[in-house]
Amino acid sequence: MFDVLSRMLRTGILTEPLPVPDDSSPAVELQTELQRILGRALCIRHVDAGSCNGCELEIQALNNPYYNLEGVGIKFVASPRHADLLLVTGPVSVNMEEALRRTYDAVPDPKWVVALGGWGACGGIFGTSYASRGSVANIIPVNFTITGCPPSPTSILRGILETVRTPLEPSGTLSRA
Amino acid sequence: MSKLPAFIEQHRTQLPGNIASARLCVDREQWIEVANAMHEAGALLLSLWGADDRDRSRCFAVYAAYLLPDMLLVVEYPIHVKTAPRYPGIATLFPSALRMQRGVYDMLGIGVDGRNADTRGWLCHGGWPEKFFPLRRKVDGSQQFAVGSEPYPFVSVEGDGVHEIAVGPVHAGTIEPGHFRFSVVGEKVLRLEERLGYTHKGVAKRFEGLTQSEGHRLAARVSGDSAVAFSWAYCAALEAITQIACPARATDLRALALEHERLANHLGDLGALGNDAGFAFGLTQFSRLKEDLLRANGFAFGARYLFDYVTPGGVASDLPPDGSRLLFEQYSVVEDSVSKLRSIYAEHAGLQDRFREAGRLETGLAQKLGAVGLAARASGIPLDLRVGHPWPPYDWLAPKLIVQSAGDVAARVQVRFDEIFESLRLCRALLAGILAGSIQIPVPPAEPDLLGVGLIEGWRGPVMIALETGPDGAIRRCHAHDPSWQNWPLLEYAILGNIVPDFPLINKSFNLSYSGQDG
Repeated sequence: MFDVLSRMLRTGILTEPLPVPDDSSPAVELQTELQRILGRALCIRHVDAGSCNGCELEIQALNNPYYNLEGVGIKFVASPRHADLLLVTGPVSVNMEEALRRTYDAVPDPKWVVALGGWGACGGIFGTSYASRGSVANIIPVNFTITGCPPSPTSILRGILETVRTPLEPSGTLSRA
Repeated sequence: MSKLPAFIEQHRTQLPGNIASARLCVDREQWIEVANAMHEAGALLLSLWGADDRDRSRCFAVYAAYLLPDMLLVVEYPIHVKTAPRYPGIATLFPSALRMQRGVYDMLGIGVDGRNADTRGWLCHGGWPEKFFPLRRKVDGSQQFAVGSEPYPFVSVEGDGVHEIAVGPVHAGTIEPGHFRFSVVGEKVLRLEERLGYTHKGVAKRFEGLTQSEGHRLAARVSGDSAVAFSWAYCAALEAITQIACPARATDLRALALEHERLANHLGDLGALGNDAGFAFGLTQFSRLKEDLLRANGFAFGARYLFDYVTPGGVASDLPPDGSRLLFEQYSVVEDSVSKLRSIYAEHAGLQDRFREAGRLETGLAQKLGAVGLAARASGIPLDLRVGHPWPPYDWLAPKLIVQSAGDVAARVQVRFDEIFESLRLCRALLAGILAGSIQIPVPPAEPDLLGVGLIEGWRGPVMIALETGPDGAIRRCHAHDPSWQNWPLLEYAILGNIVPDFPLINKSFNLSYSGQDG
């Protein structure tokens, strides 16, 4: 136990200041902003709809001590029913199309959808094929896209910030195609 | 090792590859005979794939790649029929062939003989018509079909008090999609059946639309956590076909990138394993070290994740002037921290209680199932391509073989710790001995209809690319094989008799790729 505590003390607090949402606007305190908009923590449900797992690695990095996502009031939740925001990676594989639609339907309205990564945002190297539906927007309504293959944790954070700062339009449940 | 049948020795021809490789064309009887001989010789089935060559030689073909102690043997069986091609399955000898055979059928409609064959779709979940085989030559891969729902008959376990737990494809975390069907009594697992293929996005068909000079980019995205291994395997195959020798400096930098990939994944896994056993401190400490390493990657290689670093003929960028010094410093930090964390892990009774005896896979079973890579080494199988079949620069680096025999979560944790220290040693040796010179040599378009293989020991296990060239610098066929094909079935056995709440921990200790398997 002594080793654990001494290591914690020696590591100290590594968390870095949050990125500026975009170059023109001044830095904001994300936590204050979230409080203003939601009045509570932002809950994100991530769905891998066919990614290569590169984006997942960078999303996981958001929880490391440098980015400390939970520290500013953003957390990843296990159920779409607890989520405000659906974060979708990958080109949508045909085999995941139904699961993605169902997950989207399970997120209560109003909700944000963010498509992440070169493939999620525009289909990337894959485009559409017998096995891939291409970008997430081909299947469910998307509010915001974060490009990059994979996008860095900083650009994911910046993208989430920009998404929550846009006024939320209530999005209805997508009718089944 | 028993002696191989004479016709293998007589008829095998040299196959371009980064390790000693041979190719053997066989007929139906010989296909079985070779499989038997390979089984007797204790060879490992590395991969199984198919091709439609009716445009060229009026036949379909199946390929099996066997790893022998001294070489890789690729056996090709041309099937001379116009429709409904079939071949003798080899899953009774090599159980790992089972899912690969189902994959070959889904992609090409080449089926195995016998009424007892498992004909359930593996990669095809009803998202395209039953008789639509995407890898057939004349099939247009860009066609889209409406998703049909197809029931998947899981094997059910019956008896008093047995019930099923269905998990996935969407899991409760930032992980990839797949389905697990548990049959349990109380909390004890009687049976686990995996259903994968959810992230199948048509990688193999997509390769056919790319040129040889851009294929490495797609290869890197077969499984993002093994980007260096896959892109190197691709480039190694292409360079072997074109007989281009990569400059020594580029080869060293590739190995450096590969070891960084190993380090980053091992650091991430060790943290996640601590966390899954209720030790959040471990996650915080290791994820911090991983982030430091990724940032060092950004400085040294120009990107946190090295997707497009390995390119045909070399690497994309050289180390910056101050690169070596910064990396040496980084290695010292990692080494010092990891050795302290290792003793904290070792002395933490609660953690060891969860790790030991959990998800045990014994040596004999692992061998029978054809385990590869990290999971095999944790079950006492001394298999590491860098050691057994070294390609440059591993020939002079001489990596140490890391093996543990217990086969439980604790053993897979120990292998990761040991491999971190060994990788650090290799990284230091690479940086200390790196030669000056160019980092890139042009690779001309290859002649058509040439086959080559690239085989790289990634952090998870052996990654293979079998590349066949087309006319005018095109790719005719490219088969990418991830070690997860072999190792996913191991999990079904390792979980037996364990309790459901230990599944996340056991699963993480293997940390297999969905995307790599699904393709």
